[in-house]
Amino acid sequence: MGAYIVRRLAWLPLILFVVSFATFTLARYGPGDPISVAAGQIRDPEVLERVRAERGLDRPIPQQYVTWLTKAIQGDFGESYLQQGFSVSELIFPRMWISAQLGFVALIIVFAVGIPLGLLAARFAGTWMDPMIIGTLLFLQAIPVLVVIPPLTWLFAVELGWLPVGGWDGIFHVWWIGGVIAIPVPDPHLYIPLVAFTLPGFVGVARLVRVSALEVNLSDYVRTARAKGLSETAVQFRHVLPNSLLPLITVVGFALAGIIEGALFVETLLGINGIGRFTFEAVTSRDYDIILATTVIFSTVFVLTNLLAEICYGFVDPRVRIGASRG
Amino acid sequence: MTATTLPDPATSPGPLARREGESEWSIVWRRLRRKRLAMIALGVIGLIYGLGLFAPLLAPYSYNEINLDRSLEGPSRDHLLGTDRLGRDMLSRTMYSARTTIIVTTAVVLSGSLVIGNVLGLLAGYRGGWVDTLVMRLGDIFSGLPSLIMLILINVTLGPRVTEAMRWVEDHTFIDGLVASGFASYMLVFGALSLFFWVGTARIIRAQVLTLRENDFILAAESSGAGPWRIIRYHLLPNVSFLIILSVSATLGGIAGSEIVLTWFGVGVQPPAASFGAMLFEGSGPRTFQSNPHLLLVPGAVVTALLFAFNLLGDALNDAIRAR
Repeated sequence: MGAYIVRRLAWLPLILFVVSFATFTLARYGPGDPISVAAGQIRDPEVLERVRAERGLDRPIPQQYVTWLTKAIQGDFGESYLQQGFSVSELIFPRMWISAQLGFVALIIVFAVGIPLGLLAARFAGTWMDPMIIGTLLFLQAIPVLVVIPPLTWLFAVELGWLPVGGWDGIFHVWWIGGVIAIPVPDPHLYIPLVAFTLPGFVGVARLVRVSALEVNLSDYVRTARAKGLSETAVQFRHVLPNSLLPLITVVGFALAGIIEGALFVETLLGINGIGRFTFEAVTSRDYDIILATTVIFSTVFVLTNLLAEICYGFVDPRVRIGASRG
Repeated sequence: MTATTLPDPATSPGPLARREGESEWSIVWRRLRRKRLAMIALGVIGLIYGLGLFAPLLAPYSYNEINLDRSLEGPSRDHLLGTDRLGRDMLSRTMYSARTTIIVTTAVVLSGSLVIGNVLGLLAGYRGGWVDTLVMRLGDIFSGLPSLIMLILINVTLGPRVTEAMRWVEDHTFIDGLVASGFASYMLVFGALSLFFWVGTARIIRAQVLTLRENDFILAAESSGAGPWRIIRYHLLPNVSFLIILSVSATLGGIAGSEIVLTWFGVGVQPPAASFGAMLFEGSGPRTFQSNPHLLLVPGAVVTALLFAFNLLGDALNDAIRAR
């Protein structure tokens, strides 16, 4: 097991190197270098040349990359070219925190709703319930997030006025009863983004649980459990559920990927000041150092999650470890 | 299923059984035809693709015919699905957007899945050794990346370069209209997508080839002196053709969706070319939705129907092929 983890971890620096180098090169090849973007109206070539030399942008790309990397490892991603005076990390990390909170809640909901639906579909396999559940979830997955959000905000925020149009105000909102007792409730800003984040994710989880639950349902130990007179609920919760969850580890990575990418649209459309919206703004305003930093950070999170999922899977299923050492 | 039991598909002469001299393809097709949902899905895809393919003949207006006197109209006799902010006919825009989807999905499937994915998968599976390691690790890297963000980055940074290159081609050869027709942005979108959509196909094909190559017929071919290309072309490729269809059907939705999303971001297909992404972008925003819901609902409904149909068809194909 130790050797397996080491082998997987050995990959990490290589992947991160490839990603960051590719991203860096792409960002530097973008139209107009960062300096002319930042300069705006200043067109004096001498000034531009001087600033370029100051920032080391006149040196060859591999050399620039090494400089950037050394700093990036220490958490210094340079300075934003458009919002001058702010370092990239200063701008990025508070926003990442918002996105991370939102993404984490979304991930929990995807599993909390997907798993029971999958079990339900497996339990009623062969009846109309099974295809209906899976079909509905498939349909929900097919609706692009871009199409879901405007009607939701229109209905709940504009017409009914129940929810705020957009923005972010933390996960919890505190209700004071008589000014003494505080009850934390989910903040109303959460609902629309969470719906948008989670709708496409349910089907993946539910289907996987359904397939493995179908298999488990046919196994000897489940038959034994039923034969000895255990109630159906007990059978489902004590025997089927734990044994159907194993393959789910593999989809944590996928689900998180969906949420990370979904953040780009959800946050942009709903005016949530997270990393997704920030990336969108950086892309539209061509703020390369920010694009560079967000891409590298996104990729790192992504790669780490996948790796973690793989290691967990190797941990629970020895066949994976052996297969990996052969291939 | 009370009195009658299901006939065993392998032996009984039921609808699932193999008929004398019937090809594998026609068995799969027959299985597929029995699934009502799959047929509906196929119909929806056929309809949308048909409208897109024949858009120049069928569309009542040009996709770019601006009429500011009639902007933001609801459905009427002149404009069946209404008009957008610039008074362009929504029906025609939708048809041409479908055309964009067709062009992008076809091009990416051809280059990404069919050519790159297949060749690499077959090679990796058959040659093994360092070729295999190289291809699979490359695949690991690509699939480990957040593809959407990388795609956006590629399009943002390389977009202007590709346009420049196309201008150069226009200036130095007899070809023109590359930039004006949006060809440059199409090329970029499809190039970038191909980069990310080969991995799935390559992995599936490789896994299958790994088991196939242990078969006696490969040994026989090798011992009669067939070279690697001949074995791949005549002995392995025909045996993985179904898997290719499967992996293609599984990626279609992703490819179509990616193009829409890229264009929504403003880095995909460039205006004035029509794309669902651009249409959705114009229709988003709760105020716009309140006053002109058709701007979002028309493209939204078509995209949802298309993606849903791709999903259903992929599933049904999977069942039909795996049960073979």
